[in-house]
Amino acid sequence: MADQSLPISGPLTEAYPTRGTFLEWLHSWVVTVDHKKLGILYIVYAVFFLLVAGAEAMAMRIQLAVPNNHFLSPELFNEFFTMHGTTMVFLVGMTIIFGIGNYLVPLMIGARDMAFPRLNAFSFWLSAFGGLLLYFSFVGGFGLYGMGSAPDVTWWAYAPLTAKAFTPGHNTDYWALSLIVMGFGTLGAAINTLATAFSMRCRGMTLLRMPLFVWLMIVTSALTLITITPLTAAQVMLIIDRYLGGHFFDAQAGGAPIVWMHFFWVFGHPEVYVLILPAFGIASEVIPVFSRKAIFGYPAMVAASVGIAFVSTTVWAHHMFTVGMTSVGNTFFVLSTMMVGIPTGIKIFNWIATMWGGKIRFATPMLFCTAFLFQFLCAGLTGIMLSIAPWDWQLHNSYFVIAHFHYTLTGSFLFCMFAAFYYWYPKVTGRMLSEKLGKWHFWLFFLGFHLTFDTMHFVGILGMPRSIYTYEADRGWNTLNFWISMGGFVQAIAILIFAWNMIDSYRRGKEAGNDPWDAWTLEWSTPSPPPAYNFAEDPVVRSRRPLWDIKHPNDPDWKYER
Amino acid sequence: MQRRRSLSSVRSPISWLSCLSAGAHVAFAQGPQTTPSILAPESTPAHEIYGLSLFVLLITGTIFVVVAGLLTYAIIKFRARGTDDQHEPAQVYGSVQVELAWTVIPVLIVVVLFLTTARIIFAIQDAPKPKSALDVTVVGHQFWWEFRYPKYGIVTANELHVPVSTAAQSEPVYLRLLSADVDHSFWVPQLGGKTDLIPNHPNEMWIDPRHTGLYLGQCAQFCGIEHAMMLLRVYVDTPDQFAAWVKNQQQPGVQDEKVAAGRHIFETQACMNCHTVTGTVAKGTFGPDLTHLMSRATIASGAATNTPDNLRAWIKDPATFKPGSLMPAMQLSDEQINQLVAYLSTLH
Repeated sequence: MADQSLPISGPLTEAYPTRGTFLEWLHSWVVTVDHKKLGILYIVYAVFFLLVAGAEAMAMRIQLAVPNNHFLSPELFNEFFTMHGTTMVFLVGMTIIFGIGNYLVPLMIGARDMAFPRLNAFSFWLSAFGGLLLYFSFVGGFGLYGMGSAPDVTWWAYAPLTAKAFTPGHNTDYWALSLIVMGFGTLGAAINTLATAFSMRCRGMTLLRMPLFVWLMIVTSALTLITITPLTAAQVMLIIDRYLGGHFFDAQAGGAPIVWMHFFWVFGHPEVYVLILPAFGIASEVIPVFSRKAIFGYPAMVAASVGIAFVSTTVWAHHMFTVGMTSVGNTFFVLSTMMVGIPTGIKIFNWIATMWGGKIRFATPMLFCTAFLFQFLCAGLTGIMLSIAPWDWQLHNSYFVIAHFHYTLTGSFLFCMFAAFYYWYPKVTGRMLSEKLGKWHFWLFFLGFHLTFDTMHFVGILGMPRSIYTYEADRGWNTLNFWISMGGFVQAIAILIFAWNMIDSYRRGKEAGNDPWDAWTLEWSTPSPPPAYNFAEDPVVRSRRPLWDIKHPNDPDWKYER
Repeated sequence: MQRRRSLSSVRSPISWLSCLSAGAHVAFAQGPQTTPSILAPESTPAHEIYGLSLFVLLITGTIFVVVAGLLTYAIIKFRARGTDDQHEPAQVYGSVQVELAWTVIPVLIVVVLFLTTARIIFAIQDAPKPKSALDVTVVGHQFWWEFRYPKYGIVTANELHVPVSTAAQSEPVYLRLLSADVDHSFWVPQLGGKTDLIPNHPNEMWIDPRHTGLYLGQCAQFCGIEHAMMLLRVYVDTPDQFAAWVKNQQQPGVQDEKVAAGRHIFETQACMNCHTVTGTVAKGTFGPDLTHLMSRATIASGAATNTPDNLRAWIKDPATFKPGSLMPAMQLSDEQINQLVAYLSTLH
């Protein structure tokens, strides 16, 4: 059985067993090394944890809807926001980008699988077990102390709160170890993506003819190699401090808690770009197809992406404007942070220019991408505000910051992920997602998102700090918090509609055919779902839009591309 | 054209920025508020930040209007209509001139924003310390604040008293920020930005409040289970009030024979291990100094008002107001607690 799903050469017939017992079906998923099946596993795993971390957020919003509430105990609230952050970044964000990348990169470059199929499976299972390790802490976090407890030290886990003296029990160990395990999984996925994109491209596909999504996966994978390393190093130091008598972060023995901050944010800030760059890639695929125009300024888009990656490694200490750096140090990180705005601005302008003069079809994927453009613009501008170090002294660790990064991670990243779901679901399953439910999902999520996160900016300006399980009734934050929570519920309803749409359309959705969106990249030339071998013959391309060339033989792209 | 307009508006606001902030100032009531808004600054650093924030808001707001306007226009103008023919629109692959323009203009905006910001950073962080400045050492503890006035030999907790600073008599307060355990952050939005309290890494910040009254804030760096209840109160006093407060704080603890029973409990139970009452054997430093407990409006770092009933409930079980507080429930009888509260109530 295991050998059957290996990409061995042979007659190109039906590779999936058509009908088998449930155990055979399960076994085929567990032992698979097919990039498409692994991609689906990643995505299902990510969606599951999206629901879990979303439920944690809802519990927190119930607690904060009114002042001095007792819905959650302080312990549980602290555990929930730690787990919400850690889950969303590592178990949802990282897995979903590598899931979508896994599925699409080989199809987009005309390859039959990733460069290292076995490493691919290994990476997924490492990530999966890392996530289970993290969640096992809910039952095993206190180990021999006799009760469960999840990590409760925030997802940035500043030292020395993580020291044994302040956090006894094993919950912090679960946190550190699971991030190490998931980190290795992510490194494997990143190396695999790089190797695939660089060495598996079909004939004619030069680097500058790759779809932008593949480019963005290259940049993101390279950035992953840079950022996961210091995170893993920091976790190892933390474990040494906790169990082997190390003093890296132990101030009482001459260690420096600030060292942890540097290590964490050298990972943490580029991590935001690791997540958002594939989202840019998705927008760069969806917007041209639904505007019916080639992407505007392809070389500039590639250059801007690489530029963002380089600049993003120099900005980490803007998370540390309040830790007492020198004025010169602060000034440097103000400048480097503002510089991110330049390549990012180029991207936004190029997307608008792509829409300019087109015939824009507002199907659900395009709706999500259009909202992404507005919300990413706002996120960029609040990012500029936070880069102003003196203003950051006020805004740092307030709800304004929460609003800002949810504008990037929900309003931008998640909106693009939803666009990707609606856009590529037909390719993966052979069936269209319901447009009617899709529009309900979009408009409810859009409404709930703005109700929640627009309001959070204001409550932050009124002085409400993050990470607090309750607040005083006389601070003037009551009404705003109530509406933030209401918006959360609207988003939750939208997410349930989305989940139902995914399940229901799988059974009853309209047949998609090979190319339901009249698109231009190679994955749409395969059947839906693609066979295990992807392409019966190795494709040959002459431009960035091979299917455009086939559909418009009199007016092909390769005549005009520069 | 729209882009150019956003640039020319960058320079002019620098001159009328002061007018704008003065105008906004009138819109808000002066003095302290119960809502710790960063839009109601009452101290020089907070004012400088507020002025800078208006300038940045103006620039980012202009960018938003221009870009969102272009995007909205594109959505409306170029949406597919039922009446369209079936042809694909003209394919445009890029334009060097246009792309150069929208690279250079953001660069210029960044230069302006950066220089303005750098000026304010240096103005606040590197401001020369005047001779008249009052030094206060702030020590962050898990879920409460310790304030030490080296010049006056005073130690107090959770409620910081500082003199008002007027144009005629400037008396800024320089806070030296230390931590006894984990990271904390000192944030009173109306008085200034926040600065972290990090063990083994002393920090400094300064404030010069212009109006008397009570300013609210709280810890802004997650420090453990009761981070949310690490509240902060800053009383800005007139010079006379401040002098009287200092004089009172310098006295040793009141010794009233009528409450000797309560005092005996305090000095023989574990209370004295963590708390100090000057003039007695209680010299603990793990918890707040209680020598002048009754001069404070709140207990438990602002979690409850300082009334005999609340004190009783707090001593009986600190989890009533603050589950996770490091003060243990001492398992005292109700009579002992009453005697203890009677003693504490004399500590003015």
